[in-house]
Amino acid sequence: MIERTLMRVTLLVAAGTVPLPAPRSLAAQDPTAGKKVYVKWCAGCHGDDGAGDGPAANAMLPRPRNFTGAIYKIRSTASGQLPTDADLLRAIDEGLSGSAMPAWKGRLSDAERRNVMAYLKTFSSFFADTSQHVVPLKFSSVPGGGSSVAALKEGRQFYDSIGCRKCHGDQGRGDGPSAPTLKDDAGFPIFAADLHENWRFRGGSGVEAIYHRLRTGLDGTPMPSFSDLIDQKFLTDEQLWRLAQYVRSLSPAKAPEVRDVIHAPQIARTLPLSPDDSAWARVDRYWFPLVGQVIRKARWFAPAVSGVWVQAVHDGKTLALRVTWDDRTQSPDTAWLGFEQRLMQTVTSDDSGPPTAEPWPDQLAVQFPRRLTDGMERPYFLMGAATDPVYQWRWTSQPRRAVAGLARGIDQFDTLPAAPAAQAAFDHGEWRVVLSRALATPDTGNEVQLEAGRAIPVAFFVWDGSSGEHGSRMALSTWYFLALDRPTPPGVFISPAVAMLVTLGLGLVVVRRAQRRGAGR
Amino acid sequence: MRKLGLMAVAGLAGLALALGAWTLHPSAVQGGATISGKIKFTGTKPANPKIDMSEEPKCKAKYQGVPTEEVVVVNPNGTLANVFVYVKSGLPATYKAPEPAGDVTLDQDGCRYHPHVLGILVGQKLAIKNSDGILHNIKAKGVKNRPFNISQPTVMTSERTFTAPEVMIPLECNVHGWMHAWLGVLPHPFFAVSGADGSFSIKGLPPGTYTIEAWHEKYGTQTATVTVAGSETKTADFSFAAK
Repeated sequence: MIERTLMRVTLLVAAGTVPLPAPRSLAAQDPTAGKKVYVKWCAGCHGDDGAGDGPAANAMLPRPRNFTGAIYKIRSTASGQLPTDADLLRAIDEGLSGSAMPAWKGRLSDAERRNVMAYLKTFSSFFADTSQHVVPLKFSSVPGGGSSVAALKEGRQFYDSIGCRKCHGDQGRGDGPSAPTLKDDAGFPIFAADLHENWRFRGGSGVEAIYHRLRTGLDGTPMPSFSDLIDQKFLTDEQLWRLAQYVRSLSPAKAPEVRDVIHAPQIARTLPLSPDDSAWARVDRYWFPLVGQVIRKARWFAPAVSGVWVQAVHDGKTLALRVTWDDRTQSPDTAWLGFEQRLMQTVTSDDSGPPTAEPWPDQLAVQFPRRLTDGMERPYFLMGAATDPVYQWRWTSQPRRAVAGLARGIDQFDTLPAAPAAQAAFDHGEWRVVLSRALATPDTGNEVQLEAGRAIPVAFFVWDGSSGEHGSRMALSTWYFLALDRPTPPGVFISPAVAMLVTLGLGLVVVRRAQRRGAGR
Repeated sequence: MRKLGLMAVAGLAGLALALGAWTLHPSAVQGGATISGKIKFTGTKPANPKIDMSEEPKCKAKYQGVPTEEVVVVNPNGTLANVFVYVKSGLPATYKAPEPAGDVTLDQDGCRYHPHVLGILVGQKLAIKNSDGILHNIKAKGVKNRPFNISQPTVMTSERTFTAPEVMIPLECNVHGWMHAWLGVLPHPFFAVSGADGSFSIKGLPPGTYTIEAWHEKYGTQTATVTVAGSETKTADFSFAAK
């Protein structure tokens, strides 16, 4: 009987005859209560009047949302339509990756998030306008076979034919010919997304999210909607999915996890000193996120480079360290000077006022302590101090060279006579730099001795010249470790076998004894 | 016989359409007053920024010299083109605009917009045409109208309408940062854009006293008050000075 009733209810619900209760999260919105939440948690960035101009806004790129125009990037609706409540709540709940907007789920209660959503809708009269259509687009579900070579090839074909490369570049790193001219609706400079870093996509990293963005566009930005192309049969819905799958394939299968220790295996063959040596494909790579330097003046809140991939190998005598990072420009690049100027005017540094755009080079610094110690103490991570300098390799794109030296804080760098060897390649928005040096050097006082089996502290700094980065305006990491692995001693392979034999032997003895006892009874 | 019948039907339909267009087209409104004038320009005409079209050989091939933007277009007779002139206020509260006749077309040709300045009625269709066959995106940055941004990577036409009066909505292409057009959305057909001779003419006005505004993308706005009665024609000249 109960079963039958349940079945009937299920059928009714399925047939749509029983009105489903509205999802709890969207019910009962109270803008008055939401205002209190807004003033406390949101106004610092979004401003008292919702115009995206709070005290912290000037230090952010992308800027906080201006609610007064009701223009939202991440929606499930057609370009030009208002977002749904669910769209707004998603941004509040999950935050917007790659921006300063954090996830509020878990920090604010369900009611608080719902109410603040209701309040931010009051900043624009569009939400009260009942003639506005707010209809989520009907998205199809992802077709299978998306990771096959043929499917990705088809996706790539549309990447070219619908002109994605104009802004996102040939290889998708946001370095297309139109990229340096891009502005958002408020006139602020905006980067075409680097499609190799999907974990920074505002609307989500998955293939569905990418497809949704292609359908809806990102309103308020140069990214248009491609829905008209399906309506006009320029491409099919499945082909748009193929494009989304191709874009997804440019990023790693999983968002990179930060591992603290770079393991440098010892290899028998010649060290790969060229950045494009095929041997690098077989070496594990480590991701280190970078953040803007905001400790010392002049601070920098909009670092262009989000992180570096690091690989290392050694042959018992020399270390080869390959650092790879995405950078839209091979700086200095005059095509980006205008963008650089707008960027510097938009992201105000603390006190120094907007500087003029200059053709700065790209730079990389790899930092070590001068000497390895047995304790946990390390020099100050931000380029050491006058009394406790750090040993650094510094590479610049122009002039193309690397030097070694001692940094005594951000402002002082004293070059040492011995420089690391460096080879670099720039390819479609990616730098690949290999630095190498002998593990042991004569200047043991200043140059870190790279001993196998030790945890060698290491940190990274990157400057994108075309974003105006130079001096203290840079992206940096904290201390991590480099470990030069020793070749595996043969004992490693023998001892498990010995252990197994011993176990087997002991086991046999036990069994025998048990059997004898049994026989004796 | 059947063919003849079909032709007759087609002919009648055509006639009906033509009649409809004749009666409904704003410029064909019978009677009423006219306000016309010239947009003068004084001072040294500024040079328009040159456009580097090297990334788009298809567009570049459409020009003999180096194409320029159209921020300030001064005609050979010293008048100013691309000024949007419209009735800002003065229409009776009971005024009802005629149904829009046909679409307004905005063409993307040679990586520039044609026309550069245009007007449209609320609810009238804007046909956005890509004649270039290369990727353009068309972004409308309305404030009173919902903004939109759509992609046109091939020869195609997209249609959009506007719901609220707004002077002006900036239109732009982000692939080609130099492409700008300006769209005035009005609840009535009393608007005009100064052309190659710098003149404009607003016809079919009911009697009344009107505030006429002339808008230019660089030089801003000017207004004039004009009273018309019956089917008379009054002149309202405007003059913009180089800045």
